[in-house]
Amino acid sequence: MAYTLKLKIWRGDKSGGEIKDYPVEVSEGEVVLDAIHRVQGTQAGDLAVRWNCKAGKCGSCSAEINGKPRLMCMCRLSDFAEDETITVTPMRSFPVIRDLVTDVSFNYEKAKELPSFSPPPRDGDNKRRMAQIDVERGQEFRKCIECFLCQNTCHVVRDHEENKPAFAGPRFFLRYAELDMHPLDTNDRRNLAQEQAGLGMCNITKCCTEVCPEGIKITDNAIIPMKERVADVKFDPLVWLGAKIGLRTKDNDGRTEV
Amino acid sequence: MSVSASSTTDGDRHPMTGNQLDGNAEGGMERHTYDVVVIGAGGAGLRAAIAAHESGAKTAIVCKSLLGKAHTVMAEGGIAASMGNVYPDDNWEVHFRDTMRGGKMLNNWRMAQLHAQEAPERVMELEDWGALFDRTEDGLISQRDFGGHKYARLAHVGDRTGLEMIRTLQQRAVALGIDVFMECTITDVFKDGGRIAGAFGYWRESGRFVVFDAPSVILATGGIGKSFKVTSNSWEYTGDGHALAMRAGASLINMEFVQFHPTGMVWPPSVKGLLVTESVRGDGGILKNSDGERFMFDYIPEFFRAETADTVEEADAWYEDKKNNRRPPELLPRDEVARAINSEIKAGRGTPHGGVYLDIASRRTPEFIRKRLPSMYHQFKELADVDITSEPMEIGPTCHYVMGGVEVDADTQESAVVGLYAVGECSGGMHGSNRLGGNSLGDLLVFGKRAGEAATAYAASLGAARPQVDEADVKAAQASALAPFEVEGGENPYTIQSDLQQSMNDLVGIIRTRSELEESLREIEAFKTRASTMVVEGHRQYNPGWHLALDLRNMLIVSECIAKAALAREESRGGHTRDDFPGPNAEWGTKNLVVNLNAAGTGVDLHEKPLPVMPDELKKYFETPAAAPVVEPAETSEGDK
Ligand SMILES: Cc1cc2nc3c(=O)[nH]c(=O)nc-3n(C[C@H](O)[C@H](O)[C@H](O)COP(=O)(O)OP(=O)(O)OC[C@H]3O[C@@H](n4cnc5c(N)ncnc54)[C@H](O)[C@@H]3O)c2cc1C
Repeated sequence: MAYTLKLKIWRGDKSGGEIKDYPVEVSEGEVVLDAIHRVQGTQAGDLAVRWNCKAGKCGSCSAEINGKPRLMCMCRLSDFAEDETITVTPMRSFPVIRDLVTDVSFNYEKAKELPSFSPPPRDGDNKRRMAQIDVERGQEFRKCIECFLCQNTCHVVRDHEENKPAFAGPRFFLRYAELDMHPLDTNDRRNLAQEQAGLGMCNITKCCTEVCPEGIKITDNAIIPMKERVADVKFDPLVWLGAKIGLRTKDNDGRTEV
Repeated sequence: MSVSASSTTDGDRHPMTGNQLDGNAEGGMERHTYDVVVIGAGGAGLRAAIAAHESGAKTAIVCKSLLGKAHTVMAEGGIAASMGNVYPDDNWEVHFRDTMRGGKMLNNWRMAQLHAQEAPERVMELEDWGALFDRTEDGLISQRDFGGHKYARLAHVGDRTGLEMIRTLQQRAVALGIDVFMECTITDVFKDGGRIAGAFGYWRESGRFVVFDAPSVILATGGIGKSFKVTSNSWEYTGDGHALAMRAGASLINMEFVQFHPTGMVWPPSVKGLLVTESVRGDGGILKNSDGERFMFDYIPEFFRAETADTVEEADAWYEDKKNNRRPPELLPRDEVARAINSEIKAGRGTPHGGVYLDIASRRTPEFIRKRLPSMYHQFKELADVDITSEPMEIGPTCHYVMGGVEVDADTQESAVVGLYAVGECSGGMHGSNRLGGNSLGDLLVFGKRAGEAATAYAASLGAARPQVDEADVKAAQASALAPFEVEGGENPYTIQSDLQQSMNDLVGIIRTRSELEESLREIEAFKTRASTMVVEGHRQYNPGWHLALDLRNMLIVSECIAKAALAREESRGGHTRDDFPGPNAEWGTKNLVVNLNAAGTGVDLHEKPLPVMPDELKKYFETPAAAPVVEPAETSEGDK
């Protein structure tokens, strides 16, 4: 079942580059990353590619395959016809370091801006209690493997470098939503999500959800509910007044705005 | 609550990697000073760094991939900790006993004890930092069954516990503002006299060098599995920490013990070795051969007979009623199950792709399977076109974990070299000859914290009188790292690596024998010769060929350690099975094998060392004397079937 795959790979660095042909032997059951590795081992020892687990669990090998943002380790060659050309290029929204490796520091920067989880003290027996149903919402978001494909595809920053400072991107809206829905967290990050993270810039086109290899419903389950929660705090005059005069409302109970 | 965004001291460092020099800048070398440098950002490294930071040390984390991508992210099943949330009878003593018995009594008893005692609080801490574990009916952290553990004990999040753990620790480290140097590989540690003075590495991005001046270095580099062809491990598992420690003069123990996990994928070829979590069996999955027989009943060793079900009825009843039934034989420790599978395949009862069947489809509802094992469902669906809710999986043993590692002090994790610590998979002793599932993640947390604190205390005790990095050593480290560029006409490192992997798989794999081990040592010598003249193409910027050339040196020395120790230990125990010495031997049960770099620095010296003596108050947990619990001949005959 082996055949020669018509593979094209972008080679270059920040000063520029080009798509080059690397015809390579492949066989049944292989994924794009296998083909890339074979090119590395036999034709281009210095071909730069980032990867770790090769099992769809670490989110390192993100790239664009025929223009579509995907994990190379989860992209099976059998999804393509044998005579089809497969073109692999680096993620477009991040600066190239070399070949398929990009500088994803944008994401690590944004992670630093997000105030972390802040729980109340443990129960008397030194344990914590949460219902399974309550943790499940956050668990969906914590499936995120930080492949940054959603960040790469989001049209707010794709080809709009100027928006990056004011926009944290879908990965971090997921994180804001996760913490906001955490049964025990005492921080209120809603204003921060809106103002610092630029939640309002998202106009829910769902591109992020489409590319998520974990199948997280980023838009429906995280971004839209988060927008609603932000709207509550912003526009509910009672909440606003309560917050001003130190009264507690249900929504703000036990939470401190950060 | 206030959170420091970043504590990065030097403002012009690259925001992601910490790299100080622009990729375009010519030459130059960066230099940083810290109290504690942690090499590795898996569970062990992150936990150590958090502890060091919290006890006041100026701390750096250095890792060769991006933050959050270390191997820990792949862990599936859970963290073993006797919290007693599901079985109130569980406590550290039972966990301690299970760990020692799983390791066939070769464990460092003190490490096993500390681990069992401290794991519950380390897990609770993760929850304090935001981890969302699955819950029990009462809202407590749920705990699941795993092989070798008497009670359901593994705190988990579906089958992606490692992701939850690494993300929680990563987010904690970021919140504390600890400096992280990503995609930066350490190739040497420096000493001044007998003590640690710093470390040396290169940026993957630019290929430029960096020197860390630091009196405490914590190795948390993970395992060695990449030396084997069929493995669940990633490219990073080249034994760097093991090799760095040896070159610094520390010793390794238990290197003959390599865990072959019973259930790795066998098809398609591109994912051969990829792990299928033990939770499949914990949640009801069973093993069958090509005749449809549930063969594990034929392989129950005498040592575990009293606690293992011997009929299908009892085994099946156990999932519902653990008090009145014994455990199914599918949940024996990993070494037992892996050997059994290997024997079935050898006897011609394997599947079309050379494995056996792991069947949960006929035993649990599709909803249950998708809920409890979402990533397994996903993995098989996406990579093998197999729907595990309707068909059995084909699986076989895969190289998974190394029990052996840097010999350390149990309480502080310090090696024989002052200022050099080792934690996590790259340390040795805790798991004896075989690790129980779930005991690695606990190990990372418990000893990560201890190492971070000890390393900080030592650094603080020095005051201003710190060991100094010798400039001649820096020059030598630089020359050594650049050597692969100097050669002409040699071989490419990928070829040598792939030959080494095949050789280790064939000759030092799950079943070993004298002649093959001797052959392996000869082959390793030949690989060393080939590696001394390997060439890399291209330049220093993000060049995987060069990176591999440097990693390969570590793989070779570690492979030699494994083969040498495996040849010396003339018995079968845990993760070391000798065809020519099929049973455990009481005398071998009293000693560890220790390896060091030889005087010339070109090979490995080996010696025997008596096990640390367990105090009487702990001996009481084992019915038979500690030194001789596994000599029942029945294990041999049964296990070899
Ligand atoms: C598929 C799979 C499933 C598993 N499931 C479980 C489970 O359910 N329960 C359990 O207890 N255990 C499990 N294990 C085992 C466990 O995950 C590992 O033993 C553990 O995560 C190792 O952690 P660590 O911190 O020691 O190393 P790792 O997490 O591997 O981290 C090593 C770090 O060191 C860095 N590094 C290495 N070399 C260098 C260098 N030269 N310079 C700089 N940095 C370097 C790497 O970049 C990385 O950051 C599993 C293992 C696998 C492979």
